[in-house]
Amino acid sequence: MSPEIILALIKPLLVLGLLLTNTIILIWLERKVVAGMQSRVGPDRAGPFGILQTLADAIKLLLKEQILPMKADKAMYLLAPIIALVPSFLIFMIIPLGPGFELTIGQESQFINMVGADINVGVLFFLAVSSLAVYSVVLAGWSSGSKYPLLGGVRASAQMISYEAAMGLSLVPVILYSGSMSMSKIVESQSGYLSSPIPIVDSIIGFIPNWNIFPQFLAFGIFFIASIAEVNRAPFDLVEAEQELVGGFHTEYSGFRFAMFFLAEYINMFNMCAITATFFLGGWLGPTFAGVLPPFLSAIMPTIWLGVKTFGLLFVYFWIRATLPRLRYDQLMELGWKRLIPLSIIWLMISSIVLGIREFGLPWS
Amino acid sequence: MTDLLLFAIPGLFIILGALIVIFAKNPVHNAMGLVLTLTSLAILYISLNATFVAMVQMLVYAGAVMTLFLFVIMMIGVDKPEQTKEEIKGQKLLISGTLILLVSVVVFIGLENGLNWNLLFPQSQDTFEGTPSLLASAMFTSWVFPFEVISILLIVATTAALALAYEFRKRETND
Repeated sequence: MSPEIILALIKPLLVLGLLLTNTIILIWLERKVVAGMQSRVGPDRAGPFGILQTLADAIKLLLKEQILPMKADKAMYLLAPIIALVPSFLIFMIIPLGPGFELTIGQESQFINMVGADINVGVLFFLAVSSLAVYSVVLAGWSSGSKYPLLGGVRASAQMISYEAAMGLSLVPVILYSGSMSMSKIVESQSGYLSSPIPIVDSIIGFIPNWNIFPQFLAFGIFFIASIAEVNRAPFDLVEAEQELVGGFHTEYSGFRFAMFFLAEYINMFNMCAITATFFLGGWLGPTFAGVLPPFLSAIMPTIWLGVKTFGLLFVYFWIRATLPRLRYDQLMELGWKRLIPLSIIWLMISSIVLGIREFGLPWS
Repeated sequence: MTDLLLFAIPGLFIILGALIVIFAKNPVHNAMGLVLTLTSLAILYISLNATFVAMVQMLVYAGAVMTLFLFVIMMIGVDKPEQTKEEIKGQKLLISGTLILLVSVVVFIGLENGLNWNLLFPQSQDTFEGTPSLLASAMFTSWVFPFEVISILLIVATTAALALAYEFRKRETND
């Protein structure tokens, strides 16, 4: 077998293992963080600091009976959890986890790209696949043959369409600024430090890394809000508002099928944070301490930096969930259509004018 | 061989999706069949090196348009199966006649050319990748006039839809 085929077989398996393990840690972390913010203890029985709690929950869900509601549309009911899980794995495949490196075994030498698939329109791939994720929620809601899930499904489709538009529009200035739609090129364009033609300003901002978050701060804000809404997290979790809709779209699901929805939600959350870090916080860029640390450690430093940034953003997600109350439905729609979308269009105009002046000079000169 | 597989597998799914669209009784199943067709079409575009077009196809058609379809179906609540009674007299006869004609045309072409794949699918010599910049330079230089005309057409259609809906709502509140 050629090395390319072996790589193509190994990468998805690694991604699968990483994402499943990561979800277990993530759920435990969320429960602990939220518990700490609400002056509770959180899970503390299973294992040290209760870290095995999620594992116990997962085993419980796997062993439970899977109920098929009598009124359910069988094909769609069984399809919905699969549609939920597949896009979440696909999105992770395009996130660059580090710079590529040369692996030499004996005589053979092979260049290994630390991306599942480095496609030249990665940004669009992310938007396209995340728009497919809407179907899982809509279908699960509709096919359950029950009132609460249907309401959850209708809400979800409206919410996700509205915020997808804002999210896509807020990414356009970033693409213009980086000059590429490839995720790896967007990360590379953020290396180095901020600079300015004015010497005094240059000496003040010269130590700040050239991350997109500084020139594109408004795009970051819009993208961050829209991404929380896109993964249906509090304060935008109207899709599964417990007080009104019981459990929302997954009310009728039990056992392993429910676990698949749960898994997809947490993987999507992790993906969204990793993508935010890639677009705005420099991705895997960071000091590698090449001379100080042993070579093996400094080689995996980029991946560690991406992890640190991602978990920092995830902490903000948990923090927001523990702090903010849920929005009302009309407030949610108003925020999406009347605030975020116009704001992102105005920001797109401003950044294209600034970029045009920087590229071609002032129109009268 | 790889080319044929890359064409045949999405092609089969396109046909399967199209058949679901026609024959499924439930509107939601029809819509999901259309999603299957559109997504498989995107994979065909990728095999033609047009990644940008493929992504736009997925984003716009499979993502946005079909979600709106489903949303409308669920909002109106068309949950009962469609009526299969003939609306126009001799409808079934006409359709089957057209189908037989089409199939016989395809078979005729096949027999004339001795099932020559290379003639039906001429091998393209261009191996460039359909990048966004290539598409943009074509769209904004040689095809800028049709592009602008289409955008005006779309705005007119949107405005008309808004005006119609607004009239309707005003009349309702007056009553």
